[in-house]
Amino acid sequence: MRPEPLLEVKHLKKYYELKKGWFSPKQQVKAVDDVSFTVYRGETYGLVGESGCGKSTTGRAILRLQEANAGEIWFAGENVARLPYERMRRLRRRMQMVFQDPYASLNPKKTILQILTEPLRVHGLYSPDERVKKASEILKIVGLSDYHLHSYPHEFSGGQRQRIGIAKAVILQPDLIVADEPVSALDVSIQSQVINLLLQLQREFHLTYIFISHDLGVVRHITDRVGVMYLGKLVEQAQTEKLFQEPKHPYTQALLSAVPITHPDDTRERIILSGDVPSPLDPPQGCTFHPRCPACMEVCRTEKPPVVDLGEHIVACHLYV
Amino acid sequence: MGNRSPILEVRQLQTHFRSGHGVVKAVNGVDLTVYAGETVGLVGESGCGKSVTSLSVMGLLPKPAAAIVGGTIHFAGRDITHLPEKQMRKLRGNEMSMIFQEPMTSLNPVFTIGQQMAEPLRQHTSLTKRQIREKMVEMLQSVGIPRAGQIIDEYPHQLSGGMRQRVMISLAMLCQPKLLIADEPTTALDVTIQAQILQLMKEIKQKQQMAMLLITHDLGVVAEMCDRVVVMYGGQVVESAEVRTIFDQPRHPYTQGLLASMPNANERKGELKAIPGSVPRPDEVGQGCTFAPRCSQAMERCRHDRPPLVALPRQSCRCWLYAGEEETALEEVAHAT
Repeated sequence: MRPEPLLEVKHLKKYYELKKGWFSPKQQVKAVDDVSFTVYRGETYGLVGESGCGKSTTGRAILRLQEANAGEIWFAGENVARLPYERMRRLRRRMQMVFQDPYASLNPKKTILQILTEPLRVHGLYSPDERVKKASEILKIVGLSDYHLHSYPHEFSGGQRQRIGIAKAVILQPDLIVADEPVSALDVSIQSQVINLLLQLQREFHLTYIFISHDLGVVRHITDRVGVMYLGKLVEQAQTEKLFQEPKHPYTQALLSAVPITHPDDTRERIILSGDVPSPLDPPQGCTFHPRCPACMEVCRTEKPPVVDLGEHIVACHLYV
Repeated sequence: MGNRSPILEVRQLQTHFRSGHGVVKAVNGVDLTVYAGETVGLVGESGCGKSVTSLSVMGLLPKPAAAIVGGTIHFAGRDITHLPEKQMRKLRGNEMSMIFQEPMTSLNPVFTIGQQMAEPLRQHTSLTKRQIREKMVEMLQSVGIPRAGQIIDEYPHQLSGGMRQRVMISLAMLCQPKLLIADEPTTALDVTIQAQILQLMKEIKQKQQMAMLLITHDLGVVAEMCDRVVVMYGGQVVESAEVRTIFDQPRHPYTQGLLASMPNANERKGELKAIPGSVPRPDEVGQGCTFAPRCSQAMERCRHDRPPLVALPRQSCRCWLYAGEEETALEEVAHAT
């Protein structure tokens, strides 16, 4: 039985234009270039990749925090990308975001009570008294207490702030939460607490997550399916275990092999990629990965790789044609 | 590691910060030894004092707010605890050097790479201008920087993060130091670049027979790089042992908790074993064991008395659980080697 799709992203594109002076031609940065994927209800979909690969931009474009240039985003039967502002605002009740930096994403001038009741107020839910009740309930769920309602964000540690950021997203009981590197800024011992919280909330509220991260250990633990991005493109997508056991795309193979070992006696065949990620301003012709690819062929230099479906395992590479 | 002469010996180091709310004991009695040619990992979370320890060694503490109030630091047999700045400058960048986490903020944006790299050579050697330039190009090439001859005349913002970190490494390596302190050298980098840089650091270390103190919170990096590990918590060393002992038989509840919370040690999608509570601020540390409030095995005694560093057969561990096992529970035998 196939679960029902909650979100379908089709050919999403987000280009930024750079002005380089009056007369020189405008340059384009293709931050997200023709990305398509589907997220099913109740699952955790991971988006991984290195900095600048467009994973965060994809997440923000889904919530229309950044307007996409082209493409469709189907959520609950509506094309989110085309919705007028007011309706989009109402729809956000069902799609929320958790940000990376818990220090920057909470308003320092508001108390926790104000921060938590604001989304309820904006969406006109409940009476003022009920909102306070809701806020204290959700605080307990994320592991804080009533006692914290009248404190300000600066009084909390990073882990506690991230709990508040998550509470703020969950209080509306959304269907979908886009979590952009939610644990990257936290200490190791706190990371596992927050991951546990995310898993617990998912069970309790039947949430669907898009989990954006560069930490492959965490992604392997928490996600059901993973999409790997490189220079604005989705290069591979598969079920998490399958992807980690049999990565197909040469980039995924290199990325997974680069993860530090977990025990000093582990040995790992390491594929060290040469060079850096090329500038997205001037991406290489053909397959964008070809200058660093250990399996580069002649065709890779000139032609864009097709997207090949190997049975629930999608890979964009000439090797599998 | 045949060579057993210590390059760096830190004994009972106490570094305190004066703040508006009183004295903060950032480093509270740390013992640490680095032998020639080995890599020691200094592991801990933010605020545990690992960076302050390294800054104390380098003589880079922000003065006058911070000061070493107790203990000694010996470098290559010489006491450098309170070395005057002038003499410290002769050591720094020459016999010991440091790499920082943020390669963007630790390079000066208004000088070219060449101007910055020439500085230690002008300070510590008597090479001519041409020789300096040759040496710099050679060094940059050895860390894998393409077009080294041109990059010398470029500014830091023209390089990528990985490249900048390579420049930082070559800058630190110019005078062939005996000790390299690397403070989270790969934390700001992507995994594929991290793998490149770690590989590079291993090669350099081997070639130059240099000792390295690697400060990190990433146990994967530790497994990859280190011979010995020192785990810090709340300004103190809580466990120190060979790297395999740390991974196979950690004894301190904090080390055990850290290892158990790594996602790969847990069932997929299952609940991770987490350490409850949060890292204490240095001013929150009370009496007794600093880890007691978060420890699942804490006893009454832990809340009142600070545990000593207990010398166990294969490691030393600061915990009351093991106090009976070894009678020589002395601070002096703090070094599991």
